[in-house]
Amino acid sequence: MSSSPSSLHLAVALDGAGWHPAAWREPVARPRELFTARYWADLVAEAERGLLDFVTIEDGLGLQSSHPLEPDDRTDQVRGRLDAVLIAARVAPLTRHIGIVPTVVATHTEPFHLSKAIATLDHVSTGRAGLRVQITARQSEAAHFGRRPVPHITAPDDPLARESVAALFDEAADYVEVVRRLWDSWEDGAEIRDTATGRFIDREKLHYVDFESPHFSVKGPSITPRPPQGQPIVSALAHGTVPYRLVARSADVGYVTPHDSGQARAIVEEIRTEQAAAGRAGELLHVFGDLVVLLDDDPAEAVARRERLDALAGYEYTSDARIFAGTPAQLADLLQELASAGLSGFRLRPAVAGHDLPAITRELVPELQRRGVFRQTYEADTLRGLLGLARPNSRYAATATAPAGA
Amino acid sequence: MSKPLKQIHLAAHFPGVNNTTVWSDPQAGSHIEFSSFVHFAKTAERAKFDFLFLAEGLRLREQGGKIYDLDVVGRPDTFTVLTALAAVTEHLGLTGTINSTFNEPYEVARQFASLDHLSDGRAAWNVVTSWDAFTGENFRRGGFLPQGERYSRAKEFLQTAGELFDSWQGDEILADQRTGAFLRDAKAGAFTHSGQHFDIEGQFNVPRSPQGRPVIFQAGDSEEGREFAASTADAIFSRYATLKEGQEFYTDVKNRLAKYGRHADQLKILPAASFVLGDTDAEAEELAREVRRLQVSGATAIKHLEFVWNRDLSAYDPDGPLPDIDPDPGEHTLARGRAQVRMYRDPVATAREWRERAAANNWSIRELVIETGNRQGFVGSPATVAATINDFVQADASDGFILVPHITPGGLDGFADTVVPLLQERGVFRTEYEGTTLRDRLGLAHPDAGAAGERAAS
Repeated sequence: MSSSPSSLHLAVALDGAGWHPAAWREPVARPRELFTARYWADLVAEAERGLLDFVTIEDGLGLQSSHPLEPDDRTDQVRGRLDAVLIAARVAPLTRHIGIVPTVVATHTEPFHLSKAIATLDHVSTGRAGLRVQITARQSEAAHFGRRPVPHITAPDDPLARESVAALFDEAADYVEVVRRLWDSWEDGAEIRDTATGRFIDREKLHYVDFESPHFSVKGPSITPRPPQGQPIVSALAHGTVPYRLVARSADVGYVTPHDSGQARAIVEEIRTEQAAAGRAGELLHVFGDLVVLLDDDPAEAVARRERLDALAGYEYTSDARIFAGTPAQLADLLQELASAGLSGFRLRPAVAGHDLPAITRELVPELQRRGVFRQTYEADTLRGLLGLARPNSRYAATATAPAGA
Repeated sequence: MSKPLKQIHLAAHFPGVNNTTVWSDPQAGSHIEFSSFVHFAKTAERAKFDFLFLAEGLRLREQGGKIYDLDVVGRPDTFTVLTALAAVTEHLGLTGTINSTFNEPYEVARQFASLDHLSDGRAAWNVVTSWDAFTGENFRRGGFLPQGERYSRAKEFLQTAGELFDSWQGDEILADQRTGAFLRDAKAGAFTHSGQHFDIEGQFNVPRSPQGRPVIFQAGDSEEGREFAASTADAIFSRYATLKEGQEFYTDVKNRLAKYGRHADQLKILPAASFVLGDTDAEAEELAREVRRLQVSGATAIKHLEFVWNRDLSAYDPDGPLPDIDPDPGEHTLARGRAQVRMYRDPVATAREWRERAAANNWSIRELVIETGNRQGFVGSPATVAATINDFVQADASDGFILVPHITPGGLDGFADTVVPLLQERGVFRTEYEGTTLRDRLGLAHPDAGAAGERAAS
């Protein structure tokens, strides 16, 4: 077994009052403030206090549901949410170091709009933006747009569902490709302000992206100049070969859901194989493990809290990700063990935002710092910098260097 | 008793991607860095302005098949930058121009409702329509609409968005930790819309925002545009900044309100206006001439002439005489992605008139464009400009102005420091923000979702 990596990356996934469906019932929750700027600003400030790499913000084009494919008509869980890109924009000026990664749905939206929105988030945060791309196969959400029929899927595993979801992931890959091309469509230094010739830009440094696919065609260039990071971070959650391929082709960070080290090793191996097949073998591609966490000083207390929350919800909460209930030190052990299987970081989903997020920033982080596997201070000004990713040149920049003095 | 003085509404238009904006001035800053937007917004808020206004264009302008490079190029995403500005201001309204052709109602309604929540009730939407295939090339839905359909789509878009905003009444969220009831009703946000352009149904997922609906602006000037505004809008962004034209427009539009059961106060008319201030009127006139020269470089003058001639005139000397050849009468294809080209309805007659004026005054191409193009709206000392603005508003030529500075980001600073205090002394402009929402500041009622719902059902 390989030795533990010296440094882990840590993100938290923010969603409403927390990931447990009964999180909003906890006294520490602020369920009446979920639609206010103050609530989100407080959560992101707490994450930044813990020196985390970034936060992700969940989103969707319909009401939340406990059913994967249909509305559930429940009234006892949090329903309704604000646009994640706009929450990100609202908190960006209030923070200085932490990356901000909203979820965006590729299925019914315009890549041109989304590309400039994330480029602008990168401008307003001076280089801390990213996105988490997501698809939706829900018929109810397609009906909110009314633009195209979506097959009615009743179970995620039937062949029609597999085919339909695979097509949506293909479309998402095209979507990310367009978004990335548009970010590069203005080369660095395109703005010249040359008073002698009266030219504000050097238009030779602006490029049509001319993307065409069965799903859409986009001309470009973007209306928004190249973002500070050049390429903001692209990330995706993946549970199988089809989405692993999207991560391998298109992402800087993939979130995966292994339940033990063996699974983690197998998933990382599959993603690395796909990465090589996509011609990205030499590139830094982070694979983060997702975990739902309930943290207390006494392990029995964490387990009891989970049981109490399940009782309030009326059923045992399960998740795609492993649910961890224990002490911060036990979680640190688990993270180091999973990291040794090839994960370079983790996206933790606080079961109760008001409780488990401070437990991450004030207890887990110091524990990881004592073990020498987490930063003591923010070491970079951009999200790419925090993730060890260099700032890339525009793909459209001429590779040949003009001779000096020419 | 004399008629009470009208209160003036003022807004700040972030300098745009056209030649009003002087980027060559040594004081001109970035048009994309957030610090410029913060500076501009904070000046507007310090001066107690009603709102900040952002324009939008979804394809870079081209001329002669090449990206137009003489003006400022590049702008942020409207929703993202406005929402970020909500973090650094407390009272200033945030008005975004959003196209109804290249968007879908569910998404735009989510974004405006989110902006309204995240700004505590300061969102406004300038609804514009577009129909050109040129811009449509950037969008998956394409975008070509027959010209006649653009208002019908815009109307239905706005109506549909209104149904989505009203799909939450405001009392659905109980969040009762004791009983475990988060929602009062599982059907919160339910909507069905079936029309010519949109056929959608489901549940809207953003609860009712502080203003209920964003303030709605309309900018079109055609007969259809005026009627659209009179039936639906809360405010008009107009282009009539002379007293007589302003009064005619004002009277025309306000008179259309009654047939929609609306009162004259329910639609604010706010023309765009540029300005140049000096210590004295004479100094301001001198500065205005200099600003005009900076706005019209030799290269800009040639490009401007091409709008009329519809020909490549790059071989002409801007400091020389006007072309002898006549404009190309064919379809205008030279300049794309801008509105000005439609202003010259008879290019041959315009060219003849310009040649005659240039010859009579011994003007070069550049001098002709400087003299015939857009003049500065308000030019004078702070006292003169304050008096002129007040006269316009009291004479019902407008309800206020959307001011367009020519320098980013500091172009509003002088106005804030010198003109605003004079308007406040006259008792025609607020000294403190009133109410909590943009609707409160504009004197507009908050829409009642319940009443709207009943109307829709009846």
